[in-house]
Amino acid sequence: MRRSRIKKYTLAVFGIILAIFWISPFYLVLDNSFKTKKELFTSTIGLPKKIQLGNYRQAAVDLGLGESFVNTILITALSILIIIIFSSMSAYALQRVKRKTSTFLFIFFTAAMLIPFQAVMIPLVAEFGKVKMLNIPGLIFMYLGFGCSLGIFLYHGALKGIPQSLDDAARIDGCGRFRTFWLIVFPMLKPTTVTIIVLDIMWIWNDYLLPSLVVNKQGMRTLQLMIFYFFGQYTRQWHLALAGLTIAILPVLIFYFLVQKQIVKGIISGAVKQ
Amino acid sequence: MNIRKRSLNGGAWYWTFLTPSFVALMIVVLIPFIIGIYYSLTTWDAVNPYSFIGFKNFTNLLHDKLFWNSLLFTAKFALVFVFLINLLGLGLAMLVTRAIPFKNFMRTSFYLPNLIGGLILGFIWNFIFIDVFSTIGDALGISGLKVWLSTTNTGFWGMVIITAWQMAGYVMVIYIAYIESVPVDLIEASQIDGANSWQQFRKITFPLIFPAFTISLFITLSNAFKIFDQNLSLTKGAPGNTTQMITLNIYQTAYSEKQMAYGQAKAVVMFLIIATISILQVYFSKKREVEQ
Repeated sequence: MRRSRIKKYTLAVFGIILAIFWISPFYLVLDNSFKTKKELFTSTIGLPKKIQLGNYRQAAVDLGLGESFVNTILITALSILIIIIFSSMSAYALQRVKRKTSTFLFIFFTAAMLIPFQAVMIPLVAEFGKVKMLNIPGLIFMYLGFGCSLGIFLYHGALKGIPQSLDDAARIDGCGRFRTFWLIVFPMLKPTTVTIIVLDIMWIWNDYLLPSLVVNKQGMRTLQLMIFYFFGQYTRQWHLALAGLTIAILPVLIFYFLVQKQIVKGIISGAVKQ
Repeated sequence: MNIRKRSLNGGAWYWTFLTPSFVALMIVVLIPFIIGIYYSLTTWDAVNPYSFIGFKNFTNLLHDKLFWNSLLFTAKFALVFVFLINLLGLGLAMLVTRAIPFKNFMRTSFYLPNLIGGLILGFIWNFIFIDVFSTIGDALGISGLKVWLSTTNTGFWGMVIITAWQMAGYVMVIYIAYIESVPVDLIEASQIDGANSWQQFRKITFPLIFPAFTISLFITLSNAFKIFDQNLSLTKGAPGNTTQMITLNIYQTAYSEKQMAYGQAKAVVMFLIIATISILQVYFSKKREVEQ
């Protein structure tokens, strides 16, 4: 028994060292974001002598932090809202109505997940450009198109576990389809809704390529786009660049620590989907 | 009865519920996909009038050295990436599923990089490879550490390190789910019978978590071909486009060189690769289900 205790603690020590090593890049970013330009080059690994909050002030101004933050939150929140509303409704129709059209459409929706973004990117952006939809509403609509497949797939699976008799009871009591779904069925899908929200926040908040092609204009840029430009400007001014990166990372980290359990659940249901 | 029957067949509500997602999917994914296949057979550049040229873009691809180079680079990357990340993911999962102190801290740390976008991670590692590595190189007198990202080879390994670091946590989570579903009594029974940890792993855990391999192998394989952000922010193809992945090659062709139809032909090839991987995955999972 003693040998296994020693083994247990050896493993734990090894794991802790590995974990610290694993997150050390974040330490390096945070640490150096508080240094002066000169100090950053002379002592990259040590702690800053004096905390330079000025780096953050400068980075926030250059990132257009207020505007890009608002844009990112707006795009993420609205996209997820419509993905949730429309994919849950579609999944409900496809799961409850048993007919060939439903089977066919369900396969159609899920098969679309196989198409990689690059295969539609060039024509998609060109067509939206023609109808002057390369703007925030256009981008949100695109996220609905790309996001509804996974939403429908996950809701469809969850709906199988909610008995049809529940709908029937509501219908006999005089509820219409719309009210039956939103008042009775949808609240019971809450775990799936949370999963989809978590997965889509991580996708849309971090997305660079699609916004770079759609909303790359004054006043519409997201945080990721600003980071990209910011970096082009400051490749030799790491103290400012690293402060900018810290600002961009922080919201995601806070979000992670708030909903850690759901994230893990979300990844598993998202991964096993295929 | 009448209500029930009508609702089973679906009335007007059926289409009302379906239309918004269906329209979005058609406009955003399906129609561009089909138009894209057509464009790949033309001289389309999104501005000027264009004409149909059959498979000329595809035959041109055969002689496109840069494209082949990026395809080869991506394939080589995929091979190393898939192997390394599954090994890492499984190793980490086995570590954090043991009854050891601080395992939640470990899980959190290993998963952390996966939350952050590829673009930002690429910039972070840009800093580490260039500045931190050269500081370490100076201190230790290893000149090899000072040229990271400036050669094709270090660029390649730079891409492998950053993506493996980012996604190992994701693969770990998949393996954890399977390892934790292994019944405890099986493990206990084997301990009573005197099995050591390696025997336990080989004879009990490994066969039971085998489905996790299929899932994570294919997810990581198709991810390897889709990686873009990290490539853009870490090496941007440098030096001289030798570390360009296929997605970046498509992007450059379409948007820097403005050869939209040609870029689309490359995108069609990429679709075929991803589709093949997915079909193989379905085939192998189905085959295993039948065997069981």
